[in-house]
Amino acid sequence: MNSKERIITANKSTIDYILDIWQSKELLWILAKRDILVKYKQTILGVGWSVFRPLITTIVMAFAFGKIGSLDTNTSIPFILVVAPGVIVWLFFSQSLLNMSMSIVMNANLVTKVFFPRLIIPLSTVFLGLVDVLISIGLFIFLCVYYQFLPDWKIIFVPVFVLLTFFATFGIGLITAVLNVKFRDIGQIIPFIIQFGFFISPVGYLTSSAASKFSNPLAYKIFLLNPVTGCIDAMRWAMLGDFAKFNWESFLPLIAFIIVTFFVSFRFFRKHENSFVDYI
Amino acid sequence: MSNTVLHIENVSKRYILNQKGNSNDDLRDTITRMTTKVLKPSQSKMEKEEFWALRNINMEVKQGDRLGLVGANGAGKSTLLKVLSQITQPTSGIVKVRGRMASLLEVGTGFHPELTGRENIFLNGAILGMQKSEIIKHFDAIVDFAGIEKFIDTPVKRYSSGMYVRLGFAIAAHLEPEILVVDEVLAVGDADFQKKSIGKMRDVSNSGRTLIFVSHNLTAVQGLCNKGAYLRSGELIKYGKIDEVVNEYVKNVSKFQLTQNWEDREKAPGNDFVRIKSIHLIPKSDILQDNFDTRTAFEISFEYWNLVSDAELNVSIFLYSMTGECIFNVGDDAKIYQKGIVKSSCNIPGDFLNDGSYYISIMIVRDRIAPVYFFEDALAFDILDHREGTDWYGKWPGSIRPKMIVVNSEQKELL
Repeated sequence: MNSKERIITANKSTIDYILDIWQSKELLWILAKRDILVKYKQTILGVGWSVFRPLITTIVMAFAFGKIGSLDTNTSIPFILVVAPGVIVWLFFSQSLLNMSMSIVMNANLVTKVFFPRLIIPLSTVFLGLVDVLISIGLFIFLCVYYQFLPDWKIIFVPVFVLLTFFATFGIGLITAVLNVKFRDIGQIIPFIIQFGFFISPVGYLTSSAASKFSNPLAYKIFLLNPVTGCIDAMRWAMLGDFAKFNWESFLPLIAFIIVTFFVSFRFFRKHENSFVDYI
Repeated sequence: MSNTVLHIENVSKRYILNQKGNSNDDLRDTITRMTTKVLKPSQSKMEKEEFWALRNINMEVKQGDRLGLVGANGAGKSTLLKVLSQITQPTSGIVKVRGRMASLLEVGTGFHPELTGRENIFLNGAILGMQKSEIIKHFDAIVDFAGIEKFIDTPVKRYSSGMYVRLGFAIAAHLEPEILVVDEVLAVGDADFQKKSIGKMRDVSNSGRTLIFVSHNLTAVQGLCNKGAYLRSGELIKYGKIDEVVNEYVKNVSKFQLTQNWEDREKAPGNDFVRIKSIHLIPKSDILQDNFDTRTAFEISFEYWNLVSDAELNVSIFLYSMTGECIFNVGDDAKIYQKGIVKSSCNIPGDFLNDGSYYISIMIVRDRIAPVYFFEDALAFDILDHREGTDWYGKWPGSIRPKMIVVNSEQKELL
């Protein structure tokens, strides 16, 4: 007989909580696997969708911003390569945010019937986005070969920036996931934010070309506070060789954003996770 | 005590009910309320109402106990299970659990319709707290128990509901927890499934593990459990031997009305022709003092004032089941009565009615045709189940369970 004693009270320490999460890692993995398996069930193209979505998005962006917006005149490398890192970050961010904010509600049947650390649910949604990121990076390499462009050593930083993008998403995702339990309005707001967030993030254009368009320096500062801007700038720096400079102006706000939202959202989540079952 | 596996101390669970909006409140309501709170802090407190789903529950469950939780809907049984299985936290109090606990509050929790049977076994197993190695070990046994070998790679959305439930239960049945918590999951499924699952729960308890079981099927609870806890409005009313607990529960819930008496003729129910004086239901049994079970014979006896001379009267007794269906209607022959008190009685044999709730109405008829007075719901009583020599604890079907109808079987021929 297992003599380990478990105590259920109104409060639990953070260390116990993290231990609980660690013990549930198998569940985390299986939930992630479920999401990945389910995503393309009963589709003809299957995982092909993960290839087409970023590919078509990149091509359309390159066309819209490059040709129609004529932003491609002053770039030394094919504009489609400039757009690609932006699309990779943006798709990862928007997808993860959407999935995360819906995660608790979507898994209501688990929340009301079984015990496990609830943080597992939003965490498990990230893997789906990660699979897409991997595929997109594969696509990027393919584009590089096609345009005979050689990224330099900085490409090893790509995983770091993927992780930073994840952390930037994590904070907002967690808070919206909690709020969505009680207020389904969040489900309406998030797609809306994603829609216009796309235009205020340098997905199809460069932060440097945006800088010259702002007449008010304060507006530019606000533009740089967008954490996605930081992620995209950093990703371009890592993926595009000498093309993009490292942009501290957008990177520092990103780090600050991550640190603040991480702790705030973690506490917020812990405070509310035990009442999910009462409100869901 | 060393063999206590579950120690529940002063556990309470409170829910806050918002008078306005309740669970349907949207963002707008909340913002309005928060604004009101800031502007008029004194008013906002009025809206909150507390609801104690559990109040100071204290219990000790020993290893190998089979504890049955009984109580009416909303008594807090499911809340207690949710607290024990950590789905919701207690507002105050401590629960100490020793050993691995698995709770089965639903069959097939987290099944994903798009995934195949095989994938769902791993998913559901992980959700219920099994390690992957355990699932692999039991995989064949689970598939076999559920009887779905052919469909193991079919998405479960194409399963019949029976297959779905069988697969869900098969997975849960192969959990090997030290404490198994089971909610009213047995309400679903056919008789065969219920039998199978009760058998499985017996195995659990026979192997020295602890079982906590909630059901409204008192027969199943009594057959399976050795200890009982009776909850009413969040409070633990009685905790002890299962038979005593079930008896206490039945005594409390049944709206027994075994006797009614009127001293004052003017206030008695009736009209200018007749008035009811008294009515009694008397059990003819010395086994059970307070409760009736299916063996008990009883007498319905009543008296009424006849207020008209030379009235030709007869009485008619109606027995209804809880659902309002009339089980039988019996009457006597019409006779001429003078002004005064008339007494009637009727004997109902034991081993005749099935278990369930019943009520009785009385009709007094004049001149063999015209109802004079219909005294509705005069008596109400419950008949408890009693059975011997069977392992079947499902609800015995039918309105009556007459022992006078005997089934004879014999070996006719030898092969």
